[in-house]
Amino acid sequence: MASLDRTARAFLLSELVAGFALTLKYMFKPKVTVNYPYEKGPLSPRFRGEHALRRYPNGEERCIACKLCEAICPAQAITIEAEPRDDGSRRTTRYDIDMTKCIYCGFCQEACPVDAIVEGPNFEFSTETREELMYNKEKLLANGDRWEPTIAANLHSDAPYR
Amino acid sequence: MILQALAFYVFAFVVMASAAMVVVSRNPVYSVLFLILAFFNAAALFVLIGAEFIAMILIIVYVGAVAVLFLFVVMMLDINLTALREGFLKYLPIGTIIGVILFFEILLGLGVIGSNQSTLAALGKAGPQVLPIDNTRAIGRVLYTQYFYLFQVAGVVLLVAMIGAIVLTLRSRPGVRRQRISEQLYRPKSDAVTVVKVPTRGGV
Amino acid sequence: MADLINFFTHHWLGQAIVILAECLAVTIPLLVAVAYMTYADRKIWASIQLRRGPNVVGPFGLLQPMADGLKLLLKETIVPSSANGVLFIIAPMIAFMTALIAWAVVPFDNGWVIADINVGILYLFAISSLGVYGVIIAGWASNSKYAFLGALRSAAQMVSYEVSIGFVLITVLLCVGSLNLTKVVLAQSGWFWSWFWLPLLPMFVIFFVSALAETNRTPFDLPMSEAELVQGFQTEYSSMPFALFFLGEYANMILLSALGSVLFLGGWMSPVPYAPFTLIPGVIWFALKIAFLLFVFSWTKGTLPRYRYDQLMRLGWKVFLPVSLGWVVLTAAVLQFGGWVPKL
Repeated sequence: MASLDRTARAFLLSELVAGFALTLKYMFKPKVTVNYPYEKGPLSPRFRGEHALRRYPNGEERCIACKLCEAICPAQAITIEAEPRDDGSRRTTRYDIDMTKCIYCGFCQEACPVDAIVEGPNFEFSTETREELMYNKEKLLANGDRWEPTIAANLHSDAPYR
Repeated sequence: MILQALAFYVFAFVVMASAAMVVVSRNPVYSVLFLILAFFNAAALFVLIGAEFIAMILIIVYVGAVAVLFLFVVMMLDINLTALREGFLKYLPIGTIIGVILFFEILLGLGVIGSNQSTLAALGKAGPQVLPIDNTRAIGRVLYTQYFYLFQVAGVVLLVAMIGAIVLTLRSRPGVRRQRISEQLYRPKSDAVTVVKVPTRGGV
Repeated sequence: MADLINFFTHHWLGQAIVILAECLAVTIPLLVAVAYMTYADRKIWASIQLRRGPNVVGPFGLLQPMADGLKLLLKETIVPSSANGVLFIIAPMIAFMTALIAWAVVPFDNGWVIADINVGILYLFAISSLGVYGVIIAGWASNSKYAFLGALRSAAQMVSYEVSIGFVLITVLLCVGSLNLTKVVLAQSGWFWSWFWLPLLPMFVIFFVSALAETNRTPFDLPMSEAELVQGFQTEYSSMPFALFFLGEYANMILLSALGSVLFLGGWMSPVPYAPFTLIPGVIWFALKIAFLLFVFSWTKGTLPRYRYDQLMRLGWKVFLPVSLGWVVLTAAVLQFGGWVPKL
C-alpha cells in the first residue's frame, strides 16, 4: 500500500506541485527588501564610507600633515606633501586619496591624532570616469564641509567606546 | 506565374551554387553549412511544386536532425585544413566521372535520352496537379495501402540499424557505479534520516 | 474605393504590401511582448524571492526594457580576434529570425493568420528545429571553449527534446485529423474542459517540460549555467548580437507558449462558449492563454533548481520518449476502438 501510495505520488508529481504552491504563496508575501534609492537601511556610526577632511569650528583645517595616515595606509592610497604655512603652522600642500586603491579599512582615521581624516557615512559616490575617483585636498575638504554635522554626531556617539 | 518562375530560378540557383560550395569550400564546417543551405532551398523547391509535406519532412529530418549531427562531428574534429586540401586534385577526375555517370543515369531515368517517350515531357504536360485532397493525405493513402509492406520493411530496417548501433557501442564494464534514480526516489524517509535528541554536553 | 480594394486584393504589388503589413502587424506587437516579457520575468522572480524587481525606470519600472534595449544598442559590438567573423555575426541573426518566421502560421483568431497552410504543425516543428543552428554556429564561431561546450549542450538538448515534442504533436494531430493549426483550434470548440489539455494531460505536461528544454530555460538552462560555462554560447557576445540572442530566446518562449495554447488550451476560444465571454475578441483570449503559459515559465524559473546534464538526457530519452510513444499508441487505440476518429 505504501509503495502504491509512493508510486501514485511520483506520477502525480506531488513534490513538484508542492514546490510550485510554495513559491506561488511566497509571491504574494510582503517584500523583505528595502526600496533602495527611496529608502535606505540604517547605518552604524562606525560606518566607513567616503573620506572627508574636517575643519575646526573656526574654519581652520584640522590636518597637521603628520603623515601618520599615509604611513599606515595598507593600500598606499594616500599621498601627502607638506610645507610650513606663512604663519608658521605646518599644513599640507597636497592631500590626495586614490579612491580606486582605498580598501576602506579605516586605519587612516584611527591613526589621525586630530580627527582630521575620517571616513564619513556617504557610500553613494560612484562616478562615470576613473579620474573623478582621484580625490584631492579640495574635494576632501568639501566632503568634510558637506558631511560635518553627521560626522560630528557619529564621532560623538562612538566616543564612549574608545 | 512570373513571380513563381523567378522564385524557382532563385532557389534552383542557390541549390546548385551551395551544392558546388559543399564540394569546393576549404573548411568542412562551411561545407556542412552550405549543405544545410542546399537542403533548405531544395525544400523551397518542393513547396513551389506544391509538395509541402515532403518539404517540411526534408527540413525536419535532414536539416533539423541529420545535418546537426554532421555539424557536431565536423566541429569536434581537429582538422588540419592544408592536409585536407592535398588529395583534392588527385581525386578530381574520379569524382568528375562518378558525377557525370550519375547525371546521365538521371537523364536516362527521366527518359530525356535513349527512350522514345519522355517522362519529363509527360510530367511537363501534366503540369502541377491540383488534387482534391492535400498531399499529406494523398501520401498517407498511398503509403498505408499500396506500399504498406515496403513501408513497414523500411521501418524494420531502421530499427535493426538503430539496435545494431546501440549493440556496437554498448559496453558493460564491471565495477561501474550508476545512479539509480527510481531507487533514490522511492527510499522512504525512515531509511535515510534518524532524528536524535542530543542531550546537552552528552554527545550522541 | 473599389479600385483601391481591387489593387490590394489582385495586383501583385498590392498583395505584397498587404503581406508586408500583416508581417509588421505580427512582428511589432511580438517585439513589444518580448520586451515586456523580460520585465514580467524579472518581476515574477523578484516577488518569488521576496524582492521588488525593477521599479525605478518609469512608473513601476515599466520603461526598464526600453532602457535595457537602448543600453545594448549603444554598446560596442566586440568580435573576438580569433572568432570566425562572418559566422559570428550570422548566428544571432539565425537565432532571431527562426524565432520570428514561425509566427507566420500561428492563428490569432478565426482566419487571423498570415499563412493558413495545410502543414502548419510541421512548419512550426521544422522551424523550431532550425533554432539549434544559431546556437551551434555561435558556439563554434566564437572560438572559445565555454561557448563551444555551451553550444554542444544546447544542441544535444534541443535535438533530444524535439523528439518528444514531435510525439506530442502527433498525439494532437491524431485527435484533430489535420495539420492545419486553425483546424486544431476549431477541433477544441466548447467548454474549457473539452480543450485538449484535459484529455491529453500527460502530453500537455510533457509538452511544457520539453518546451522548457527547447528554450533552454530553468531547470534545463545547462547551456548557460553560469557556474560552469560563464554564459554558454553567448559568452563572447556583446551589444546588439547579444540582444538578438536574447530577443530570440524570449520570442521562442512566446512562440512555444502560443503553440501550447493552440494545441492544448483552445487557441482563441473563450473558456465558456456563451454570450458575455464569446463577445471578447479571440485575440485577447489567445493573448491571455499565452500570458498564462509564460507566467508558468517564469514561475518554474523561480521554483526549480538546475538539472544535472545526465539527468536531463535521462529525462528526455528514458522517460519522455517512451511515455510519449506509449501515449501516441494509446490515443490511436482509444480513437480507433472508441469510434472517435476525426472525420476527414
